[in-house]
Amino acid sequence: MSEQEEDHLVLPVSHPSPGAMGPTGYWRNFKPVIDQEKCIKCLLCWLFCPEGTIIRHEDNSVSVDYDYCKGCGVCANECPVNAIKMVPEGEEQ
Amino acid sequence: MVNIKELPSKTLLMPGNAACPGCPETLGLRYVSMALGDKAVLVIPAGCSSVIQGIYPKSGIGFPILNIVFAAAASAASGLARAYKIRGLEDAQVVVWAGDGGTGDIGIQALSGAAERNENIIYICVDNEAYMNTGIQRSSLTPYGAWTTTTWTGKKEHKKDVPLIMIAHGAPYVATASVGFPTDFIEKLRRAASIKGLKYIHLHAPCPVGWRFDPSKTVEVAKLAVQTGIWVLYEYRGGVFRISPLSRPYAKKERRKPLKEYLKLQGRFRHLGEDDVKVLEAYIEERWKLYLNMEKTLGSKAT
Amino acid sequence: MTVKLLTGNYTVAEAARLARVKVVAAFPITPQTTIVEKIAEMIEHGEMDAEMIHVESEHSALAAAYGAAAGGVRAFTATSSQGLLYMHEVVWWVAGSRIPLVMAIVTRAIGPPWNIHVSHEDIMDQRDTGWIISIAEDNQEVLDLTLQAFRISEDPRVYLPAMVGLDGFILSHTTMPVDVPSQEEVDSWLPPRSPGPYVIEPGSGVIMGNIPPDEDYMRMRKAMQTAMRNAERVIMEVEEEYYKLTGRRYGGLLECYRCSDAKYAVVLMGTWAGNAKEAADRLREKGYPVGVARIRYIRPFPSMLLREKLGGMKGVMVMDRSVSMGRGGPLFLEVAEALRSKPSMMSVIAGVGGVDVGVDDISSLVEKFIGKVEERGHVYIDEYWYGV
Repeated sequence: MSEQEEDHLVLPVSHPSPGAMGPTGYWRNFKPVIDQEKCIKCLLCWLFCPEGTIIRHEDNSVSVDYDYCKGCGVCANECPVNAIKMVPEGEEQ
Repeated sequence: MVNIKELPSKTLLMPGNAACPGCPETLGLRYVSMALGDKAVLVIPAGCSSVIQGIYPKSGIGFPILNIVFAAAASAASGLARAYKIRGLEDAQVVVWAGDGGTGDIGIQALSGAAERNENIIYICVDNEAYMNTGIQRSSLTPYGAWTTTTWTGKKEHKKDVPLIMIAHGAPYVATASVGFPTDFIEKLRRAASIKGLKYIHLHAPCPVGWRFDPSKTVEVAKLAVQTGIWVLYEYRGGVFRISPLSRPYAKKERRKPLKEYLKLQGRFRHLGEDDVKVLEAYIEERWKLYLNMEKTLGSKAT
Repeated sequence: MTVKLLTGNYTVAEAARLARVKVVAAFPITPQTTIVEKIAEMIEHGEMDAEMIHVESEHSALAAAYGAAAGGVRAFTATSSQGLLYMHEVVWWVAGSRIPLVMAIVTRAIGPPWNIHVSHEDIMDQRDTGWIISIAEDNQEVLDLTLQAFRISEDPRVYLPAMVGLDGFILSHTTMPVDVPSQEEVDSWLPPRSPGPYVIEPGSGVIMGNIPPDEDYMRMRKAMQTAMRNAERVIMEVEEEYYKLTGRRYGGLLECYRCSDAKYAVVLMGTWAGNAKEAADRLREKGYPVGVARIRYIRPFPSMLLREKLGGMKGVMVMDRSVSMGRGGPLFLEVAEALRSKPSMMSVIAGVGGVDVGVDDISSLVEKFIGKVEERGHVYIDEYWYGV
């Protein structure tokens, strides 16, 4: 097809990608900080993270994808051993 | 029972999507992904999840998706399911992911038609109890007493019981679930996927924005809804009605947490007086009575 | 090729069967019903290998057919009047998503008050939606347009859905001889449905319809208009190929009857074009050089062809079977724009709601119009209601 003919194929079709709304980590006011010493690897924070930004590692330890974590705090609220603290952004430990 | 550690560590819900912090819909979508994996195709009518996908040409929801007009989700899904049948895509799962308005209000006609035809789809109503995407307007599934931007002094009517309407249609599988109890939801999704015909799952999904609670409390509020008995987990399968194990303890009134624990977390109920609370408590009693009676009459095959 | 005696509606059903449509979703409405009945009968008797979705409304009829088409199979539906209006939201949705699909529209008046007779309000209401819209003069053309609609809609240069109009009762319920190609002949000309622009299926990673930046939305709209422009050529090509198969062709977007030496023309669409042709014959016997330009495709609209064939004429009379309230005859307005109103022009609104318009009616209208033009030189009559 010629170039002109292809102009008609601007389709309303998207493809899966992280960051479809940008780096949503910027939305955060509080960041979850995991105390790996306290963590019992129960995976509840991973299970209940609405964003999928708790990264689950092979040994079932967890870390946070800060690029996209919106800082809702569900992980900290659900952690049964209080191993996750919500820390104001900019006040690093 | 579903073992958390055996669930897939990656899901089709992409980080960096457009959902609000603490969103129960993305939570639910992660569980759909864990349960059905890449066999699922979503049909999404207008609602929060139309927006959660984020901005073209990316999508924050990684399933294949057919977005569709508000009233037509069950019908578009019927067409997709027939196409897959003709093409021999036997293990494809057509999943409608619709809100309470898209299900119980504007979409109920199409849903009723699809249920009567027993189309081979899984229909999930993700129920956040109001039109959240347009700014928290009342739906027929908003509970009694709740503030919304169209019920400033609290809704005067009770919540429409859509799962019961689906049972009345004779659907082969009807279940209720909650984002607070993912293993139960995943188990029900897997069961639904193994059944031919119309499967209806009603997912309770507390919304921090619309219900006026802190986004960290989404799961806590969802759990409290079950623990206070205002949301009941059950399953109707092949003519058998059964209260789910996670709700079973709350059949006994004395085992339930006080309703006020659920209400006080939510700004939408802040204005409620004692009389309103009594109305809701009576409603809970009445629903439980109904469900237990249903279990008695429709549960015999199970035992 | 066999000649069968068929009503317009049975012709539509026959075309759907021959096109090997795989999913039909439809809801009954007079005068479309016998299409649905016939297709259901053919499927249940094993004469047509397709799934029928017995939906609860027209909104769902188009949504279900659309779902099937998005899932990669050839799909079809049919409706009329109120049903078409009820599905209007989905009509836009299908076109915007660029999914190939064919729908028959049995044209009928819109209420209130209730009226089930022929009128073009329903189909004219769809002009802005992004569907290819054609309209037949007789049952043979119903078959030809419907079969061609699949090819046009599924052409990679187009990827737009297509409507085929047939006049309520005058065609839908009237039996005529129709030359029906064999299944083998149709198969040789119409390949199985291609995947189209995309297919929604497991593993496809295709998300249709989430929110774009406004500029991309506008780009998508512009692309649809480009596809419409492409369709002008595709319609001609498809008709030529069909001509090789069947020996029938009509002239693409516009059929011109005795236009080449005419000084006056009647422009209209649908069944009453037959009466207009008869009127032209009679007027020519009286010495009036009259031709008929029959609009076969409302979208894409044959502006260029009209200009080319009618631009140099003395007078053009346009007959509308519908009204754009507060403006006038919609076909007239489009033809007047296409001709830049160079010839004398007259808008006739007639036949609305099934009011009968015969050969004598048309010839007397044309005669009067010619008289005015000859008397005054140039006239522009922008609205004339005939019959009431």
